[in-house]
Amino acid sequence: MLVKKVKNRIILLIFAFILSILIVFSIVKSLNENLLYFKTPTDLKEKIDKKIGKQIRLGGMVKKGSIQTNRDEIRFIITDLKNEIYVSFKGTVPNLFLEGKGVVAEGVLKDNKYFVAERILAKHDENYMPPNLKKVINNEPK
Amino acid sequence: MNLSNFGNLAIFSTLLITLFIIIYSIKFLNSKDEILLFPNKLIMLSLFQTTISITSFFSLLIGFIISDFSLLSVYQNSHTLKPIFYKISGTWGNHEGSMLLWINIMIIFAYLFIVNSRNAETKYRIFSLLAQNVLIFGFLFFLFANSNPFSLIFPIPKEGLGLNPILQDPALAIHPPLLYVGFVGSSIYFSAAIGSLLSNYKGKAFANSIKVWVMTSWIFQTLGITFGSIWAYYELGWGGFWFWDPVENASLMPWFVMTALFHSLLVLEKRETLYYWVIILCLLTFTLSVTGTFLVRSGILNSVHTFANDPSRGLYILIFLSIMIITSTIIFLNNFRREKYNFFINSKETFILSNNWFMMFYLGTVLIGTVYPIFTEVLNNLSISVGPPYYNSIIIPLLIPFLFLMAIGPQAKWIKNEFKKYINIIIILAISIFANLSISYLFGKMTVLSNLIIISSLFLISYTLIDLVNLIKRKIKFNIARIISHLGFGFLILSIGINYNFSLEKDFNLKVGDQKSFDDFNIRFISINLNEGANYKSIVGKFKITENSNLSEENLYPEIRIYNNSEMLTHEASIKSDLVKDLYLTMSNINRSDLYNIKFQKKPFMIFIWVSSIMICCGGIIRLIEKKK
Repeated sequence: MLVKKVKNRIILLIFAFILSILIVFSIVKSLNENLLYFKTPTDLKEKIDKKIGKQIRLGGMVKKGSIQTNRDEIRFIITDLKNEIYVSFKGTVPNLFLEGKGVVAEGVLKDNKYFVAERILAKHDENYMPPNLKKVINNEPK
Repeated sequence: MNLSNFGNLAIFSTLLITLFIIIYSIKFLNSKDEILLFPNKLIMLSLFQTTISITSFFSLLIGFIISDFSLLSVYQNSHTLKPIFYKISGTWGNHEGSMLLWINIMIIFAYLFIVNSRNAETKYRIFSLLAQNVLIFGFLFFLFANSNPFSLIFPIPKEGLGLNPILQDPALAIHPPLLYVGFVGSSIYFSAAIGSLLSNYKGKAFANSIKVWVMTSWIFQTLGITFGSIWAYYELGWGGFWFWDPVENASLMPWFVMTALFHSLLVLEKRETLYYWVIILCLLTFTLSVTGTFLVRSGILNSVHTFANDPSRGLYILIFLSIMIITSTIIFLNNFRREKYNFFINSKETFILSNNWFMMFYLGTVLIGTVYPIFTEVLNNLSISVGPPYYNSIIIPLLIPFLFLMAIGPQAKWIKNEFKKYINIIIILAISIFANLSISYLFGKMTVLSNLIIISSLFLISYTLIDLVNLIKRKIKFNIARIISHLGFGFLILSIGINYNFSLEKDFNLKVGDQKSFDDFNIRFISINLNEGANYKSIVGKFKITENSNLSEENLYPEIRIYNNSEMLTHEASIKSDLVKDLYLTMSNINRSDLYNIKFQKKPFMIFIWVSSIMICCGGIIRLIEKKK
């Protein structure tokens, strides 16, 4: 009887162990698959080939005079004052989406100059600047 | 005497009384070995503390109502032209005021706990009060030193800066107080857990003394999360109601633990076991609440919600949090004794425990997703965020067994259970599969996972309903609170499932007079009107939406608001709800041209999502009323 109890317990422990390994594995895997890296156009310059086709968040400023609109989509340029990326977007832009203001676009880089956004993130602050961009601008030699 | 002096005096007096309660309780505990009577003096002190802290909150409230701009927090968050309702809600719409509200809730709960726990052991009550007052002292010190709501500004400005327009909304105005009662309400059973460990007041009696508080905070937390989601749904203009944003996660994590807690409290009450697990959950809830506050207020995580961030605040909360965690862990380990668990695998205890495993799993998932970006930022200087698919892909598959267990579990017997009616389960499963097939026939195809989710939620609903009918027929006394909450949860998952799978979304750009046809809909942009609100101007668009299949016509009026005193724009979605669907339309202007970007959505069963959340909550309220009797 006792032997059976011990045996049961061991089986239970092994089962729990395997289960927890599976759970940890699936969490880590899913986490890595769904990370969204935040980049500025200058960040993208390095090792750009690796980033093509991956989901990222691109932050910067909407270049003045760059917004073009037609019935289907909006095209504009995201700049961090050093480098620029062309962006096209079909969908709703937040009201604070204006030329010369900060913007974060989520989407996929198609080639080294062209980004297709799936979502423009709403920020509720008119003076919002992506933190990385702030760093870039503040480090600018005066 | 002006308001600032008065408020400061009130806060300072509260601080002194708190200190006095701490000293008095320590002295009292040290003086005698046998403590029989709870000192009346402590109750009086606690009442006094409550009165004064409420006074300080009301003086801030008056500051907001009369727009006393000599107060910095009023100047930063209010404006004379703001409607009175939002002047009032401005009191807790900012960091300083919300901290004052936080402390008020802690103090009020401490007093109510002491008054309501007369049947409990004196030593336990004093230790709990002591622990709670140490917490209160920590937060009061923080308030006084770092976030004083009564700070002065000189020279006195003529006009305030205005409240963030996005926050000027009824659902948002009431949801912070609800959430705070939930968050902060958990502090009382944190303290009670410490008190219980120190005074060796265990088991059923302990469970009895805290269950009302666990239930209360859970109800408010559920309500707060619901109202927050409703607000996000119609104010943020994305048409979604849950974004896995850090702020939302911060409110969801304590909810998981609270839910686990009151389930295992049932076991502690009936079987006098799981005591240390209950203690861990009690300690964890408030710790997570403070962690959430730290994450949100310190600005460490990027979120759609704006709080004025300040690293020094973050540092203080972090230090406080660390002390709290270390102290409570030490107290816990010092008082930990091995417990015997005599569970049969097939018993009600195991089923209730399975709820805890799932809750802990969800908690772990959300916690990892929320804090992971902090680690990459610090360690690798990489800024990342974890996308919603992470949460969905991990949490949703595990909902399936969870829903099944939630249906079967409540019928199991304590100690040892036997399954007699396999046939019942199979029949109900067949009914759910059939209902699921008819749903996919009516609406369209779904993925395998969605099918499984809908089947399991239907299983929970029908199993619970049949159970209810049986119980009524056989006239057995039953737990209506549990049935309503579990039913609500089933409906919630079902309606989210349908909503997620069969929402229609379309984005396009239109000029006035244009129209656009797609699927079953025709949308005509009829006109634009300029309107004037109390403290904003707005551009109101008029849209006619025709549904071809049933020839119904609806007019929708989305708005773009320009607020007078903060130069800020918001877009107000126009929503037409009926029983089976919401039509949702937002418009935004593109770079000040005559083109408008239109986002149109059809969202089935939106109303059901809100109703079922409220239903879950009602279960808790009923349980609370039953307890009182």
